[in-house]
Amino acid sequence: MDHPVIDLDGLEVRFGDRVILKSLKASLTGRSIGLLGPNGAGKSTLLNALLGFHWPSAGTARILGRDIRREPRAVRSLIGYMPENDSFIAGMSGVRFVRLMAELAGLPRSEALERAHEAFFYVGLGEVRYRTLGTYSLGMKQAAKLAQAIAHGPKLLFLDEPTNGLDPPARLRMIQLIQEIRDRGDLHLIVSSHLLRDVEECCDEVLILKDGSIAAFCNLEEERRANRRFLEMETRGELNGNFVEAIRGLGCETAPGAQGRLKVVLPDGLEIRRLYEIAAAQEVQIRRLNRRRDSLEDIFLKAMEAADGRL
Amino acid sequence: MAVYKKTYRPYEGALTARWSRLLVIPRYAFEDLHRRKFLAIFFFASFLYPLICAIIIYIQHNASSLSLINAQGAQRLITINVVFFLSLLGWQSMLALFLAAFVGPGQVSPDLANNALALYLARPFSRTEYVLGKMSVLLILLSLMTWVPGLLLFGLESYLEGWSWAVDHARIASGLFFGAWVWILLLALLALALSAWVKWRAAAGTLMFGVFFVASAFGAVINGIERTNWGHLFNIGYLVGSVWVWLFEGNNPTTNGAIFFRAPRGETLPLWMSWAGLAVLALVCLYMLARKIRGAEVVR
Repeated sequence: MDHPVIDLDGLEVRFGDRVILKSLKASLTGRSIGLLGPNGAGKSTLLNALLGFHWPSAGTARILGRDIRREPRAVRSLIGYMPENDSFIAGMSGVRFVRLMAELAGLPRSEALERAHEAFFYVGLGEVRYRTLGTYSLGMKQAAKLAQAIAHGPKLLFLDEPTNGLDPPARLRMIQLIQEIRDRGDLHLIVSSHLLRDVEECCDEVLILKDGSIAAFCNLEEERRANRRFLEMETRGELNGNFVEAIRGLGCETAPGAQGRLKVVLPDGLEIRRLYEIAAAQEVQIRRLNRRRDSLEDIFLKAMEAADGRL
Repeated sequence: MAVYKKTYRPYEGALTARWSRLLVIPRYAFEDLHRRKFLAIFFFASFLYPLICAIIIYIQHNASSLSLINAQGAQRLITINVVFFLSLLGWQSMLALFLAAFVGPGQVSPDLANNALALYLARPFSRTEYVLGKMSVLLILLSLMTWVPGLLLFGLESYLEGWSWAVDHARIASGLFFGAWVWILLLALLALALSAWVKWRAAAGTLMFGVFFVASAFGAVINGIERTNWGHLFNIGYLVGSVWVWLFEGNNPTTNGAIFFRAPRGETLPLWMSWAGLAVLALVCLYMLARKIRGAEVVR
């Protein structure tokens, strides 16, 4: 039976009187899931709760069918974790560090050593694997963290701000690695980031958190497909209500945008020429018509918008 | 030369037993300690006293060997009894304190300073297992310094004196074993707790001596000012010493301890107070560890 990757079942986490995660409910099934949200939204707390670092005050969550309350050890055996902060063991060589981590995950000594070497070559640190971790640059430390997260062959990989502090070439390498791991299809990915571009490039589902609650959940693949038929239209003067009704009659979805613009999603098979024909019939002058992509940024900003319209 | 395939592949092989993962931490720690020459020298030098004791025991039963150096009758100067073994334990325990102060802080503080705890605990590896793994490094080293040579010497004496001696003095053997464990458990807990709170290794090591010597001085000041014996509750040497005397001799002691672990005559506290004092100290250490050994720090 196929279980969701992560099934949040009313998960609540409190620190003292403060509720950090507010009864989260969602079922995440994607191959690569992005966790988005501003700083303090609860992304890292959610990852930490799933890892068993924070005990839920109410509700629970299941990872690949395993309950985090009842089977925390089994849950952790499925996971590879790349933390946000610098995390390493001082005075250890890179390969010895990854070997130790793989052994703690249950790999026998010889397999752990072999996979530590492989993981180091895979993340591009093969040449420096015998150097002490303390001498690594920031980008190398990030890659070493990724190596220790994948060395034991997890089913699910948690990447917390994987491009944190990386320069553009190092960031690109990290993104390519994540995409490659995703595309191989051997494991699921959870990428927590406040960088929309990282999530957009690496993920097919996005869970947006705000103040410890789920602000939005979307399937980026579906959004991308829908975006292929998405137009933004600007007309002269006020929009004619009959015109909007008429194009809806063609099966279009419409939504008013800023400054009198109209967002239109065309149904399959409808040609844009039909919009001009209706505009001519309704005596509406179309001043601008752009194919537009509803970017993750739009989705994110919409999710972040407060009830009164403020961010 | 090995050729490593530059790709990710899942692991499908067998996993090790859960209990055996606990031994991974001490194995790596011993590899690291082995490279620290000073510690290796100190550790091996700590067996000098047991070696001298072994020679004394041998000479006690081979008087003819003394005649070779014209020292007939010298064996009467030292008697193999409770005081002999209690002194051995006291001396070795002092060395154990030094070793714990050198080795202990290096166990947890680097992991905390470099945020490595999240990496350990994100694996099927609990906080308790982490602490036990780190503690086992000290427990093994300190055992080798204290009760292991103690029991070997007891065995040597029993062999040379006859097994009836062993039966008559069985309490010495149990005193050596349990007395050493009281001390090394306390040392290991204290070393880990201090290194969990003081991230600077050298400061954590110094603090270990502070806890033993400054606290006992503080207790002596209380005793002096208040004209009481309750200040001994701050004196860990006193508490351990009084427990040792009971473990070695029961309720009719002929000695009051050894080396730093001595309960001054006429200044005794009820034995249960010593046990309680040690238990409180152990609980405080456990609490300190429970507060710090976490996968993620909670900022309230």
